[in-house]
Amino acid sequence: MSALAEDAVLEFARHYRFQWEPAQEAYVLLYPEGMVKLSATAGEILKRVDGASSLAAIIAELERAFPGADLRADVTQFLAHARDKGWICVR
Amino acid sequence: MSAKPNPPLWLLLELTYRCPLHCVYCSNPLDYTAYGAELATADWLRVLREARALGAAQLGFSGGEPLMRDDLEELAAEAHRLGYYSNLITSGVGLNERRIAALKAAGLDHIQVSFQDSTRELNDFLSSTRTFELKRRVARLVKQYGYPMVLNVVLHRLNIDHVAQILEMALELEADYVELANTQYYGFAYANRAELLPSREQLERAEELTRRFRSRVGERMKIYFVVPDYYANRPKACMNGWGAVFLCITADGVALPCHEARMLPGLQFPSVQSHDLRSIWYDSSAFNHYRGDQWMREPCRSCPEKGKDYGGCRCQAYLITGDAANADPVCDKSPHHARIVQAAEAAQRPQAGEAKPVLLYRDDATSRALRERAVR
Repeated sequence: MSALAEDAVLEFARHYRFQWEPAQEAYVLLYPEGMVKLSATAGEILKRVDGASSLAAIIAELERAFPGADLRADVTQFLAHARDKGWICVR
Repeated sequence: MSAKPNPPLWLLLELTYRCPLHCVYCSNPLDYTAYGAELATADWLRVLREARALGAAQLGFSGGEPLMRDDLEELAAEAHRLGYYSNLITSGVGLNERRIAALKAAGLDHIQVSFQDSTRELNDFLSSTRTFELKRRVARLVKQYGYPMVLNVVLHRLNIDHVAQILEMALELEADYVELANTQYYGFAYANRAELLPSREQLERAEELTRRFRSRVGERMKIYFVVPDYYANRPKACMNGWGAVFLCITADGVALPCHEARMLPGLQFPSVQSHDLRSIWYDSSAFNHYRGDQWMREPCRSCPEKGKDYGGCRCQAYLITGDAANADPVCDKSPHHARIVQAAEAAQRPQAGEAKPVLLYRDDATSRALRERAVR
């Protein structure tokens, strides 16, 4: 698993769709014949992946939304994991 | 039932039982010609809305051949508007450039194309059609239109030795995913089981070739290898449990907890023409019948794994033991497990010199003949 650069701009991989599902009270990722139900934390991070924001901007945004927490390491690690799973990619 | 069931997440619409192919392992019921008229467009649109309101997110358009319906584009558009992730599960027959463009415009998300084999000869023999070249053209069209493509090949004794060639073909056609789905023995496949069940040696060789191929191509193409449960000693967690996530609507509007459940005697599966999906999913006796574990007998009832496999498959239990409430006989704790072992043992016969098998093809005449035989 390689590291993600701070200036990497992230977007969802082709064929993956991220959306809120009220019945599951969760964000999900949808792809051909499959679905991943995301934890609340994963949902908060991934909803900021918009094809325009860099990793640094996503971290800053999350630190504004959840003040007082040091999120950098966890967010970076999760997004690298999401990249390795093929859910997101670097633009 | 104690806890409220989870909502259905997967909606499969078997839009029609009409199909230009005649596959020997078709999962449609043997007596598919016995059922009533297909639902009208307005009914399908209502089903889409009701299921989405319940929470269904993944949608499959299947059949028969779903492209036989000329309202498929209209249904795909409504599915997109409602927020489904929509999958077209097709043989490819009927998918020309005009229709694929219209489906793209409507918002269809993904297309799964089935092949019977990597060779024209066997593809055409197994489906009793000349469709191999057409399927290759369709696969190219799917990629040309920017769809993700799942290439699905049902595996059995007659084609499983071609796994390496099948994977090469999938790579050449730029499939994003390949499903090497060993035959599940229901419907026509059950009738043809003796001719279709591979030997253990064939299976192991195919698994090894798949492993090697996977490590060679890496993430470029994802490969799913669905193992045949006749060689297992624990059953599959069929449908993740009865009435747990999966909802199937047949061409004539009957709601089922799995594609095959219609064969089970003694259950009244409700029709979407007389009931709304909420009451069908949560309140109907058919959907509650095998929910949870209250219905279980031994060896399931006291089994520590009952929360993992839910007792396996009700239809397999019925087909092989005569009672759907028995444990799935794939389980080696089942007193009927010997029947699975016997079927598997019979498949160990040598293949060399085997004559071309006599198979039951899925077509209207065969279906009607089987019904008459059943009635007499």
